[in-house]
Amino acid sequence: MIKKALAILLILGLVFTSVVACGNNDVEPTNDDQVKEDTKDDTEDNKKEDEPKEEPKEEPKVEQVVTYNMGADPETLDPGKATENVGFNVIINTFEGLTNLDENDKAIPGVAKKWDVNEDATEFTFYLRDDAKWSDGKPVTAYDFEYAWKRVINPETASDYAYQLFYLKNAEDIINGEASIDELGVEVIDERTLKVTLQGPVSWMLEMFAFPTYFPVRKDVVEENPDTWALEADTIVSNGPFKISEWSHNEEVVMVRNENYWDKERVKLDKYIMTLINEDTTALAAFEAGDIDGTDGVPRAEIPRLQAENDDFMILPDLGLYYYTFNNKVEPFNNEKVRKAFTLAIDRSAIVNTVSMGGETPATGVVPVGINIGGEDFREAGGDYDIDPNKAKIEEAKKLLEEAGYPNGEGLPEITLNYNTNENHQRIAEAVQEMWKKNLNVNVTLGNAEWKVHLSNLSEGNYQVARIGWGADYAHPMTFLDLFISASGNNYTQYTSEEFDDYIRKAKSTIDIQKANDYMHKAEDLFMERYTVCPIYFASDPELMKSYVKGWRKSPLGYLYMDKAYIEGK
Amino acid sequence: MGRFLIRRFISMLITIILVITFTFVLMHAIPGGPFTAEKKLPAAVEEALNERYHLNDPLWKQYVDYVLDVARFDLGPSFQYEGQTVNRLIEDGFPTSAKLGILSVLLTLCIGIPFGIISALKQNKWPDYTVMFLATLGVTIPNFVIATTLIYVFAVKLSVFPTFGIKNWQSFILPVLALSGYSLSFISRLTRSSMLEVLGQDYIRTVRAKGIPEYKVIFKHALRNAILPVVTYVGPLIAAILTGSFVVERIFALPGMGRHFVQSITNRDYTTIMGITIFYSAFLIIMILLVDLVYGIVDPRIKLDK
Repeated sequence: MIKKALAILLILGLVFTSVVACGNNDVEPTNDDQVKEDTKDDTEDNKKEDEPKEEPKEEPKVEQVVTYNMGADPETLDPGKATENVGFNVIINTFEGLTNLDENDKAIPGVAKKWDVNEDATEFTFYLRDDAKWSDGKPVTAYDFEYAWKRVINPETASDYAYQLFYLKNAEDIINGEASIDELGVEVIDERTLKVTLQGPVSWMLEMFAFPTYFPVRKDVVEENPDTWALEADTIVSNGPFKISEWSHNEEVVMVRNENYWDKERVKLDKYIMTLINEDTTALAAFEAGDIDGTDGVPRAEIPRLQAENDDFMILPDLGLYYYTFNNKVEPFNNEKVRKAFTLAIDRSAIVNTVSMGGETPATGVVPVGINIGGEDFREAGGDYDIDPNKAKIEEAKKLLEEAGYPNGEGLPEITLNYNTNENHQRIAEAVQEMWKKNLNVNVTLGNAEWKVHLSNLSEGNYQVARIGWGADYAHPMTFLDLFISASGNNYTQYTSEEFDDYIRKAKSTIDIQKANDYMHKAEDLFMERYTVCPIYFASDPELMKSYVKGWRKSPLGYLYMDKAYIEGK
Repeated sequence: MGRFLIRRFISMLITIILVITFTFVLMHAIPGGPFTAEKKLPAAVEEALNERYHLNDPLWKQYVDYVLDVARFDLGPSFQYEGQTVNRLIEDGFPTSAKLGILSVLLTLCIGIPFGIISALKQNKWPDYTVMFLATLGVTIPNFVIATTLIYVFAVKLSVFPTFGIKNWQSFILPVLALSGYSLSFISRLTRSSMLEVLGQDYIRTVRAKGIPEYKVIFKHALRNAILPVVTYVGPLIAAILTGSFVVERIFALPGMGRHFVQSITNRDYTTIMGITIFYSAFLIIMILLVDLVYGIVDPRIKLDK
């Protein structure tokens, strides 16, 4: 009996230690790797020498193939209906709009070789290239654009991103059934000439024409399989640098050079394979094993290790805002001083450096850093609204709370900070909870909910303070500012202001960049000086790409352009 | 036998209808709908979508329409993947999941049962300890740990197997191992304990006393009784494993159907939630029926018709 008990104990002990050991292996390959590198430098070097050994074999011609991981399966590759990042990343490489974007995300000629703009910037006349062709050899015509846009704006199509076309004349009225579809501000002059009329001037309109929702689609192709044409490689006809040769759902999208593309000399890759590994840990393993050349998502926990030891790791700019929205109508956040106190009491650099650890920037406003308007960075010019990016302003926050009638946090109602279930959001919320406790002596409860439940709660104003974020649709401050107009479905603050709406309207309807810029700053000032929301950080884009992949470009909107990419020195 | 099957068939239908009803009610009880999104849709577009998917109809009508569609084996269009039908999602994903599942069940049976027998025969000797040690590991370590460890060791460090996908036969090995970890260990333990129980019974002593060769004692007399609990377990196991594992398929980036069990709920993809649940329950019910039929063959004492 004792023997048996001993045996069981022994087994349990063994199991326990091995489980713990396995757990360690899994969680902290960092240490393991470092130890290995420190002690076995030689073997590591040998390994590195092993890899280039393949070179002699391939020397005559390096295979021009890039395998890059994007994540989830695209929901659709229909430019008029796509809304998510993976789909967009296929579309921008396989389709082409009237304009393209250059290195600075400014418009350059695309399908249109040139264009005229009328005096008040509400009418564009585009002259299309004669040699712009679809992947099946047929010419790209002005009719293709007209068809594509009318299709998107037709309520029957029910395109989620229809609102991207609201700059076009009558678009919004058409979707609301107040105007007929023929009244849309687009007119075919002839096969190669397209006239576009806007609702009002928009200074970033030329860049919008490079947005996927504005891409052309072919009427005969769409009408042959209206629901399914963009779901299979066989039925997709595109007009961009690449065409889709294979799409195995949830596995990979294979793109090959489009021989009918007007500028096919620019395209050096024979093949661009986009894998669809949805698990970041696996993608990282595949990258480290050399099975893929790059990957979009990197597990947060691995970032410090990668930063220290992997030269292929980089943190790219990304236009995104991570913020806490206050419900401006409920106690205690209907009080500006309380909102300001809570905003100032957060140490943003601690959050960025020790909690989220993804190379983000502490946020001091609504518009992220990295948007250059009229020669200056919008954020730098806009200032930081008393928010110190490097530390919490404890004294000032305490004073504000006292002035608001809650000395040392006394008398505050129960406060719940809500976030949607996610490890990163949770860690940040815990850190903020701790900071509010320590700096303001306020007890905040955390509440988490599944994503769509969280969104419903926010929409209904059923919260006090909650996490939310926004990613830019286009590289302009307006994509962040017009979130908060009264009519916006994404304004969860319960705060509406005619003055704010007015600034936005004015900024949108002037062609004078400087004036527009002033209005946008005024709008942001109005919004931030009353601390309507509490900005936390501006997003970043951690990325892995082997150094032999050259010529690629990832825009801060998250689009990876492969049209000029090539392999060298593999 | 015929009467038994008819009775079972009717009870299966009732079960499926109950499953549909409960899933339908629960699904509509969660806040948020298929078109709740971070970037809010224009009202007119949302209206058009609701119209297209008949979400404007009263719930009872949606329910009745759905049941009628299911009766025609039409699981409806997916809300998340426009243009895809739920039938198509299942057709696309099931073969991969089933291939992995069959391999995993075979591995489980071919290794789990012999291990259990060996362990029972060598009770409290080293083979028993080894098998039970491994089995305890297999039951306690979650499959995502097994999966990531396998990838780390065999794909990244040793580069003998691919890290992801199913391009060739080698890529099946790691996922099947990860998928089998739990069931394999569980079956070994189950076989062992039930074998031990049977071996201790009087009739085995009688058989042995008669001088029957040991292999016959074990395979003809002992195992036949000892296998019954294993059969009971294997039915639902096949249903569960063949319809895919969210975790293993996600980690190895396999295009199976396991993902739909979780993602459809996150997306409030109503038709996919329903379709996938019905598919799984129908599969499970059929497996349980098969188990009952197999009982009759393995153990003549069990009579199905009564």
